[in-house]
Amino acid sequence: MGKPSGFLEFDREPAPKRDPKERIADYREIEKSVSTDHTQKQAARCMDCGIPFCHHGCPLGNIIPEFNDAVYQNNWKLAYEILISTNNFPEFTGRICPAPCEASCVLGINKPAVAIEFIEKNIIEKAFEAGYVKANVPSGRTGKKIAVVGSGPAGLAAAAQLNSAGHWVTVFERSDEIGGLLRYGIPDFKLEKRIVERRVKLLEVEGVQFVTIAHVGVNVSVANLREEFDAILLSGGSTIPRDLPIKGREFSGVHFAMDFLTQQNRRVSNHKVEAKDILATGKHVVVIGGGDTGSDCVGTSNRQGAASVTQIEIMSKPPKDRTESMPWPNWPMILRTSTSHEEGCDRNWSILTKEFISDENGNVTGLKIVDLEWKSETGKPAGFSEVARSERIIPCDLALLAMGFLHPQHQGLLDQLGVQLDERGNVKCTRYQTSVENVFSAGDMRRGQSLVVWAISEGREAARAIDQYLMGQSMLEAKEEGMLNLQ
Amino acid sequence: MDDQDQRPQGLYHPQFEHDACGVGFIANIKGVKSHQIIKDGLTMLERMAHRGACGCEANTGDGAGILIQVPHEFFVSECSKINIKLPPFGSYGVGLVFFPRDAKVREECRTVLNRQIKKMKMSLLGYRTLPTDHKDIGETALKSEPVMEQVFIKRPENINNPDDFERKLFILRKYSTRIVTESVAKVNNQFYFSSLSYKTIAYKGMLTSGQLRYYFPDLQNEEVVSALAVIHSRFSTNTFPSWRLSQPFRFIAHNGEINTIQGNINWLKSKEAFFASPHFSREELDMILPICNPAQSDSSNLDNAIELLMHAGRSMPHVMMMLIPEVWDGNENMSQEKKDFYEYHANLMEPWDGPASITFTDGKIIGATLDRNGLRPSRFIVTNDDRVMMASEVGVLDIDQSTIISKGRLQPGKMFVVDLEQGRIISDDELKQDICTRQPYGQWLKENKVRLQDLPEPGGSFHKYDPNTFLKRQISFGYTSEDIRVVLAQMCDTGKEALGSMGSDIPLAVLSNQSQHLSSYFKQLFAQVTNPPIDPIRERMVMSLASHVGGSLNLLEETPEHCVTLELPVPILSNNELEKIRYIDHRHLQTKTIYTYFRADGLAGSLERGLSRICQYVSDAVEDGFTIIILSDRSFDSGHAQIPSLLVTAAVHHDLIRKGLRGKVGLLVEAGDVWETHHYATLLGYGASGINPYLIYQTIHDMKKRNLLSESVTEEKAVYNYKKAVCGELLKIMSKMGISTLQSYHGAQIFEALGISNEVVDQYFTGTVSRIGGLTLDDIAREALIKHSLSFPKTSLNTRLEVGGIYQWKQRGEAHLFNPQTIHLLQHSTKTNDYGLFKKYSNLINDQSEKAITLRSLLRFKKGKSIPISEVEPKENIFKRFATGAMSFGSISYEAHSTLAVAMNRIGGKSNCGEGGEDEIRFHKKEDGTWENSAIKQVASGRFGVTSYYLANAQELQIKIAQGAKPGEGGQLPGYKVDEWIGRVRHSTPGVGLISPPPHHDIYSIEDLAQLIFDLKNANRNARISVKLVSEAGVGTIASGVAKAHADVILIAGHDGGTGASPLSSVRHAGLPWELGLAETHQTLVRNKLRGRVVVQSDGQIRTGRDLAIAALLGAEEWGVATAALVTGGCIMMRKCHLNTCPVGVATQDPELRALFTGKPEYVVNLFTFLAEELREIMAELGFRTVNEMVGQVDHLLLKDLKENWKQKNLDLSPILFKEPMSLDTPLFRQEEQDHGIDAVLDRELIRVAQPALENLEKVEHSFEITNQNRAVGAMLSNEISKKFFAPGLPKGTVHYKFKGTAGQSFGAFAASGLNFELEGDANDYFGKGLSGAQLILYPPRQTGFIPSENIIVGNVAFYGATSGEAFIRGRAGERFGVRNSGVNVVVEGVGDHGCEYMTGGTVIVLGDTGRNFAAGMSGGVAYVYDKNNAFRKNCNMEMVMFDEMDSGDEEKIKNKVMDHLTFTGSDVASALLKNWQESFSKFVKVMPVEYKAVLEKRKAASKLVTVPVSH
Repeated sequence: MGKPSGFLEFDREPAPKRDPKERIADYREIEKSVSTDHTQKQAARCMDCGIPFCHHGCPLGNIIPEFNDAVYQNNWKLAYEILISTNNFPEFTGRICPAPCEASCVLGINKPAVAIEFIEKNIIEKAFEAGYVKANVPSGRTGKKIAVVGSGPAGLAAAAQLNSAGHWVTVFERSDEIGGLLRYGIPDFKLEKRIVERRVKLLEVEGVQFVTIAHVGVNVSVANLREEFDAILLSGGSTIPRDLPIKGREFSGVHFAMDFLTQQNRRVSNHKVEAKDILATGKHVVVIGGGDTGSDCVGTSNRQGAASVTQIEIMSKPPKDRTESMPWPNWPMILRTSTSHEEGCDRNWSILTKEFISDENGNVTGLKIVDLEWKSETGKPAGFSEVARSERIIPCDLALLAMGFLHPQHQGLLDQLGVQLDERGNVKCTRYQTSVENVFSAGDMRRGQSLVVWAISEGREAARAIDQYLMGQSMLEAKEEGMLNLQ
Repeated sequence: MDDQDQRPQGLYHPQFEHDACGVGFIANIKGVKSHQIIKDGLTMLERMAHRGACGCEANTGDGAGILIQVPHEFFVSECSKINIKLPPFGSYGVGLVFFPRDAKVREECRTVLNRQIKKMKMSLLGYRTLPTDHKDIGETALKSEPVMEQVFIKRPENINNPDDFERKLFILRKYSTRIVTESVAKVNNQFYFSSLSYKTIAYKGMLTSGQLRYYFPDLQNEEVVSALAVIHSRFSTNTFPSWRLSQPFRFIAHNGEINTIQGNINWLKSKEAFFASPHFSREELDMILPICNPAQSDSSNLDNAIELLMHAGRSMPHVMMMLIPEVWDGNENMSQEKKDFYEYHANLMEPWDGPASITFTDGKIIGATLDRNGLRPSRFIVTNDDRVMMASEVGVLDIDQSTIISKGRLQPGKMFVVDLEQGRIISDDELKQDICTRQPYGQWLKENKVRLQDLPEPGGSFHKYDPNTFLKRQISFGYTSEDIRVVLAQMCDTGKEALGSMGSDIPLAVLSNQSQHLSSYFKQLFAQVTNPPIDPIRERMVMSLASHVGGSLNLLEETPEHCVTLELPVPILSNNELEKIRYIDHRHLQTKTIYTYFRADGLAGSLERGLSRICQYVSDAVEDGFTIIILSDRSFDSGHAQIPSLLVTAAVHHDLIRKGLRGKVGLLVEAGDVWETHHYATLLGYGASGINPYLIYQTIHDMKKRNLLSESVTEEKAVYNYKKAVCGELLKIMSKMGISTLQSYHGAQIFEALGISNEVVDQYFTGTVSRIGGLTLDDIAREALIKHSLSFPKTSLNTRLEVGGIYQWKQRGEAHLFNPQTIHLLQHSTKTNDYGLFKKYSNLINDQSEKAITLRSLLRFKKGKSIPISEVEPKENIFKRFATGAMSFGSISYEAHSTLAVAMNRIGGKSNCGEGGEDEIRFHKKEDGTWENSAIKQVASGRFGVTSYYLANAQELQIKIAQGAKPGEGGQLPGYKVDEWIGRVRHSTPGVGLISPPPHHDIYSIEDLAQLIFDLKNANRNARISVKLVSEAGVGTIASGVAKAHADVILIAGHDGGTGASPLSSVRHAGLPWELGLAETHQTLVRNKLRGRVVVQSDGQIRTGRDLAIAALLGAEEWGVATAALVTGGCIMMRKCHLNTCPVGVATQDPELRALFTGKPEYVVNLFTFLAEELREIMAELGFRTVNEMVGQVDHLLLKDLKENWKQKNLDLSPILFKEPMSLDTPLFRQEEQDHGIDAVLDRELIRVAQPALENLEKVEHSFEITNQNRAVGAMLSNEISKKFFAPGLPKGTVHYKFKGTAGQSFGAFAASGLNFELEGDANDYFGKGLSGAQLILYPPRQTGFIPSENIIVGNVAFYGATSGEAFIRGRAGERFGVRNSGVNVVVEGVGDHGCEYMTGGTVIVLGDTGRNFAAGMSGGVAYVYDKNNAFRKNCNMEMVMFDEMDSGDEEKIKNKVMDHLTFTGSDVASALLKNWQESFSKFVKVMPVEYKAVLEKRKAASKLVTVPVSH
């Protein structure tokens, strides 16, 4: 089990990053590669806890202490086998996961947590390098056919699992490339698209069929799908963004973050941008919303050469460290600085946007904002009031709305299938099965907007549910249920 | 009450009974008969009264008896009074018969007996009603007192030889007893022959030693004469009347315990079918069967076996050598003839293994023998008036010292025989040489014995690693990746089993939601109190793993063919070895393989059909002449699943026993479901002789291929290491039960089944204790099929193993009580003092409806008449009943340790310092009122830091007999954990590792425990004495014994308790949940009317108020909480305590990590407040105002409905919920004080005389007479000194006392600084135990007739755990001299085996020779041995020590000590040495521990002063 005293000998040291000045000149990955020894030392910090809280904190149930140990032992193949047993796409989560595992790492009680995500990424990249990652074509086929609608992380994970169980899987994607948010939502500097393509190719070799520009309910008939397939998995994501219906919303230069980000992703991949360019070049950019998407907008704006980048958030500024109300091992709402923030950004909290201001041509030129004062009850925010005389206008040529997503698109597919929705407008399921007999759902579409790691987890669990539904039993790994469990 | 009441009820089972004893004999070597011999024998018995016990009444004994030669003249005159005319001596036999009290039943018995006498062509001379006087006999004994008569039977005319007559009497006795039992209704075992012989007669009964003389007026009659007397007093764990279990039996009196009795009985039974002897006709043989009776005691069965073998023609010593062989395997000191003898006889019979001091006689010779471990004291004295006497103690008879020729003690494995006809003592050497050369055993072995390595290479090829089926097999046998990563990798890399910590909080196998390995339902039993575990590492020399395979022949003969068996040096077979055996072709050895599968159709009865088919195949094969059967599970497919190897082995084993065929065949197992040590242990325990774990070899191959092993370890080395680890752990599993040889462990079934139905146990695991029912055969099949179906899935193949989750919490693994959620809630709630949050936590723990973990989760409360909570006693009352678990300073940090102590002192509960001693600074309150003193001070086998001062500062002294996580095992604190501070507190050298031995070397039996309790009570009269036991089958019976040994508190710990470090298999497979142990203890104590004398406490994974309530209802009035308290202090269940790397500063000594400790006493106080409040809520609901009202009210508990759960539906917890029927006044909780018998001890006088010293530091001198009944002399006086003068004691030499006579046990125990004790005479065991600074001088009286340096002056286990002081002993000492000495300087003139074992400090100078295994486990201190004859080297265990160069400092040290020795004792040895000092000095050998030397040198080199941290 690793190095018992590793955590006393080595400090947390994830991959070094390229200089912000250098990196904003391109869209390539920010982290530099490191030596094997470096990763091993980081893995040696793992204490192999009797109760691995990280493993509990990971939505996939990654068996973190075991792969850390394998890395420390320089047994990368083993590390890969352990990692892949719970996570189909560690190359994604190793890059873009907020790492709830690290938040619950026991070492984090009084020292910086183990750099789990960093180790994860290194395991999978090493595995690709060493040729451990091979297409595993199932030895036999069950003859069952499954349609997966939506090729984001949930759909891909489900497809991979179902295919490995011997089913024929067809993935329908309305866009021109596979990957969903991974493909066109997340900027390349966080996830280079070759990484997504590498995985998709593998899945293809393994036997998964991909159909792009196949918008089920629009250019693909729902009825045909139901007829042709033994089961359907809905994994279309939570795509309806939260809007900001205030005065001036209609002005030119006010966009949803995803529209902005998708365009840039297409440009980086040399794909044609159909709509009118949304560019930050030379502009005063204001990003409304302090989350990950907002952060992506900051990084992209800087790369496009924005004159200034301002990010505003309605909630108050979080504390630097854990407080009593968010004790370990809970996820702490603390101040986090993303790589995009490092590259330059004016961050503001407790700010409410009152109105968009425009010039005479209807182009946005400014934002009327006001400071807020938050009341809190037992450590949790509860209502706010505007700070008197704090109203002001800040310059803004491009406003990007990054305030999250509401629910999946109801129109089309969901309406036509007639699946029940829950109170938040997501697809309602019982053990991933919708109200319609052979239709299942997973990912943000079922769960509401969430993390990639949750999407993969949902995809895997839904795949098992489908396998069980079709075959009566399933050999696919479940997160919480062991194979040896009594029936 | 009568014997019938001794039947299983609730959790009690008579099979659990144990006893231990005082034993001895006296004889006239020349065979001169006198009444004095009997008188003396009775006196000896009376003087050992403290070794026996009495039950709930002072005048009801556990049993006492005497066996003497038939007093012919006396009988002639007595019989003539009742018109019986006795023929000459030798022409009649006399039996002492216990008849039933009921006259009608009695006459029926008599009729049967008379008829049998006639049938055997003997004639009845008549009956003599035995005069008895029962006016002083206790009520309980009286109730079951039998009617005693003597029957006189005339020798038939046609029999001339008295030995033949004796044999006929034997047949008559066996047969008539059997017929009476079978044919007389209501006899209830009340018909019994105490003896029936022409030579000897045994007077015995359920008496105290003092009553024996008066109960039988015969014994006071001057006409009753004998040349020998064997005496025995019994200390039994029970108090149920049992007249016939008192001893001596017909041939032996036994002090000890046969641990392997179940196996011995089975093996003997399996040989009965082919008994044949020229001394018995076929018909007669049938009449004496069965030889053994499982319902009788182990001693009684041993007597039966001895009797059979003797009557069949072997001499008594020969039989003893067969049954209780000395250590011969690998013994370099033994002659070849003797080795041959033992090796030959090992083919005939397995040892009857266990501690045993046996006195035996056939009326013509009398003798004694000791088991190979020598764990029972046996001292003898020979006088110049031809008397020889032997007893557990010396000084039991007043003897003119000038008449003594020699004083000695029986050595381990040795025999001592007096031949009254030859009129001389025959030495062990002569006796055995004679027996061993009677047959050419060596030649027989050479010609017939088959050795594994000599077998030719197999004819066929054996199975190879096949990557295609390999994973399938692993899956279908239930391997998990955790097994590979945690269990196997460690074994293969290091040759040792992995360690774990923090106990086990996973479900019992029967409650688990995951398919289990069948062996997980079998819990290893272990020795506690009545029997010591062995140290398999330091005392490896007494242990053996060899076994024999093949058919055995007629036990009653000896021929060359008897040793035609195949010897396996270890029970693990390689593939090649198995194939060699499979293809063996030998006139007496033929092998047959039988495949063990059943139809995987899931239908009821399939497994049963499979098993009966296999049993049939096997018995057919045996009848066809095959002598080796291989049970193989290699053959299975999608339609056929493999039968768990344990089940099929046990099934075949018992089927063959039932068919009388077992003795003809050896069973080997070829199985894939064997990888953990426990798997091997269960297979061996249920009849397998050898195991081929074929899948392991493939697994290791695969592990190597996948780089799961250390790079430096090759595949061959990994296999070697794996085998080494298994063998090492097997030794440990055997040794924790006190069993030395695999041959005895084989088939001995040392397990309790937990969760297996009675039908399955009765049929396949016959004789195993199983008390709560559980899985049926179909359920077992169902569990097996889950794994089978995983390897033959309907869809794609599984490509990897399951993750496990037993040793580490896993999302998809086993459930754990402590998991991320519960840990977090508990910590957060106690930190923020949020009771609501705590309720969330306790609901998670208590509600195990989905995933049951504990037995108590299956129980629910029966609603009572609720009362308002305000009427329930306040939480402050409840606080007093709380203790924290024993955790040593050493295993946990000072911060964690003192936080618990401060918290417990704040609420009035008790913290437990654990076994590591305690910093004396903590004994006193700080100015701000915080008090870090632990109320409970532990006394464990290592005795670290146990001084008079330490003992004086306790409210409770706890003797840790066993520890939940690793009962029966010792421990080791590695050197790196012994920092300056811990070293100081433990009185040891920092940096040097410390070993806690598996047994307390002063507790080998229950009477020894009574002695230690007595010692401790003397050392601190105000402290309660507590005894910590671990739950296992029979713990209630042991607890009764402990209550009778005068403990104040009995703690029943669950098997699952936390620990700093323990082998993984022990954490999981040894011991039982406290629910069972506690309920059994309470039931048995109530049944024995002992419950009112002791507090019963329980601990083990106690987490919530509900747990407390259930424990109270099951019988506990106090509770211990350990892990939960640690968790509130920050523990997050790293389970890495053994690595010193605890990241939260709890279980570490690393200063950097200790600084991270964030626990506060407030949090701990919050926890106990919450617990008390939660308990009060339940009490209110059930209607109890006080805890006392609640204790044992088990009818307030009900079993939940388990019908829905197929695996649990056959569980029957009613034995746990059994309420012992009792009268209203029977106490159910502690209500009376124990009588510790310390009111009139000699120390009261010592204290009185010492007043001037105690008051004014004046010097005091005085002399006293002393006898063996003056025990623990000095302990109470030292307590007075410690209370007043603290650790430093009195100035040196303040009190000088001189004693004359024989000192009782524990002379000078814990004797404090300032005391000088001079003893002229001799001493018993435990001399200088825990010596705390005093000086002890011992020499024999000036006028003795023997040479002191050649005689035993002091008993076994002297200076155990002594910490400081000095001693000079003129004469030799017994076994284990200086064991765990950590600071005493002592000179002695010779020692027995295991001298200086586990020593950590001090100096021992031996001026004579030593026994074997000197310096085993010695990690500190120095020994100098005068090696006159250059013979010491082979007696020294060199594992941890070296022979170091002497320097001038050494010379001066030795010389000064020898001069002191001469001055103090007048030793002639010393004066001779000094006379020729240069030559003498050159023969001294310096024994130096290697690690200690390195540390000393390092410290010397470190020029800068080391500052010792001091607590504040």
